[in-house]
Amino acid sequence: MIPPAAPARALDAPTFSTSRFRAEREADWIAFDLLLSRLEKKGAAALTSDELLQLPLLYRATLSSLSIARATSLDKALLDHLEALSIRGYFLVYGVRESRWNRIRRFFLYDWPAAIRSVWKETLIISLIILLGALTSYSLVSNNPEWYFNFVDEEMAGGRDPRATVEFLQSTLGHGKAAAASEGESGLHVFATYLFTHNSQVSILSFALGFAFGVPTMMLEYYQGIGLGAMMAVFSAKGLGYDFGGWLFIHGTTELFAAALSGAAGLRIGTAVVFPGARGRLQAAAEAGRTAGKVMVGVILMLFAAGLLEGFGRQLITDTMLRYAIGALMLLFWLAYYYIPRREDVT
Amino acid sequence: MTAAANAKMRAASAKKIRQFITPEGVDLELKIAGSGLRFGALMVDLILIQLALLLFWLAMLWIGVASRSDVTEVIWMLGAFLLRTFWFIGFELGSRAATPGKRLMGIRVVARDGGRLTADAVVARNLIRELEIFLPLMMLGAGVAEDAVSGWLMLAGVLWSLTLSLFLLFNRDRMRMGDLIAGTWVVMAQRVKLDADIGVDAAGDAMIFTEAELAVYGIFELQELERVLRSRDPRAMREVADAIRAKIGRAIAEEDDVFLLSYYRQLKARLERKLLFGKRREDKYASD
Repeated sequence: MIPPAAPARALDAPTFSTSRFRAEREADWIAFDLLLSRLEKKGAAALTSDELLQLPLLYRATLSSLSIARATSLDKALLDHLEALSIRGYFLVYGVRESRWNRIRRFFLYDWPAAIRSVWKETLIISLIILLGALTSYSLVSNNPEWYFNFVDEEMAGGRDPRATVEFLQSTLGHGKAAAASEGESGLHVFATYLFTHNSQVSILSFALGFAFGVPTMMLEYYQGIGLGAMMAVFSAKGLGYDFGGWLFIHGTTELFAAALSGAAGLRIGTAVVFPGARGRLQAAAEAGRTAGKVMVGVILMLFAAGLLEGFGRQLITDTMLRYAIGALMLLFWLAYYYIPRREDVT
Repeated sequence: MTAAANAKMRAASAKKIRQFITPEGVDLELKIAGSGLRFGALMVDLILIQLALLLFWLAMLWIGVASRSDVTEVIWMLGAFLLRTFWFIGFELGSRAATPGKRLMGIRVVARDGGRLTADAVVARNLIRELEIFLPLMMLGAGVAEDAVSGWLMLAGVLWSLTLSLFLLFNRDRMRMGDLIAGTWVVMAQRVKLDADIGVDAAGDAMIFTEAELAVYGIFELQELERVLRSRDPRAMREVADAIRAKIGRAIAEEDDVFLLSYYRQLKARLERKLLFGKRREDKYASD
């Protein structure tokens, strides 16, 4: 088919043209894009104060362009570009409100203790659960040493079981000649590091299991108590209870406290999911998750301290009284840091 | 493609869009990242972590052998732990809120309530990841290690832990367990280059089309045509040009690109004018 010889133009160019719209505003978009790229790469320090003042202006100009383009333009490339640029801009302009250094300072001064204070109920419950586990296995093993083998993995025990001699048990606590012979000082830092990474992973797990209504968390913590109580029973049966206490106390106050806190963080999430209260279940979980996240960063730091105490302190300090003293001091320090009331952060 | 298929495709893409209104009152229309992209990003990150660990291990081995000290072992263990735990946290705390894998896939983490992404949220969502990845592996490992556990029991355990790991497949917002607890989303955040404006070329006026010739297509077809024009693939252009010529009944008289560009420009002007009057014609099946 042949078209009409001289077709009239179907449309006159409209007075508002999207091409003209683009030509007028394109410079702003390009400038905004450049500013964002520099901001992403080098941070706010890379921009001069003039450029920083420009940033919100360009951001608003871009958003307004996006609104107009959505209503008038059908150019997909243009729409996509403006949308992506606006999203990028939004998160940079509204995303960061304080410097990294400030964030860290606030975390140590306010956020960390506040988060731990706010899970005090859960911490109490988990502590009781650990205690209950310890008491259970302690009474069982005291009455019948055979129970020990149900509670403690043989590899983990490393010979520390009811059949062992007093001398051997004493040596595992770092006393006597056998200890000096078997454990050189060179392996200590390796041991400490291993303990730290292992304990951290267990704590992360007990936190992460919290969302299953907190049940696995409580079981894990109970199990931790069981192992503790069983060991305790073995040593106290041989009259080494006091020494074992010191061996445990020096790092145990920090480590068990951290374990209880990680369980508490998990439990907080579990209870928020089961009993969301007036909030939506999702919102409750999200709020609990944020508190628990702060607690968990604290827990990892505590475990790092515990690993140092366990690896170095415990192996180098063999005096039982001194061990008790250090352990008690650490406990007092944590309690004071967390629970002494302080003025809330105002910023 | 039929009208129903077109509508279905639009509905599918609309289902991924979430309203996200800035304080200025503009809806940014964030798109939820698909599960494939999420998985791809995770794989890239895991591979990068393994590579980094390998290099780190070799370096430590070399230093360790050279210096005959076991301090390197400590550094290695600590470093590996820090890398594994803080790779995700560290990158997501940055201004782009994305790990290298996520950047590659063009996605990022966003707070669900539209506020800023806080450090605790990032920490929470990534510590949960530990569980999501390792619980199924642990279940498998435990099952293999203990013969006492029957195969069926192991299967049940693995399935149970997989439902946790694959949680993101079971909800509309593609949230994994960690996202749920941290109150976050993962959304598309691609960078899109601003392509040249193909509507202002002088070649656009080479041919004049009648109203009836322009009335056959809608916005969907216009944007497909734009895509073809921007890709500049001569074979695709030939096919599209032939299809349009057949539809509007024109003989082949001019170059494909001249024809397509003219048609594109006039169709766009026509549809945009209608848009200004509040008439949005989604595709050729919609009434004009």
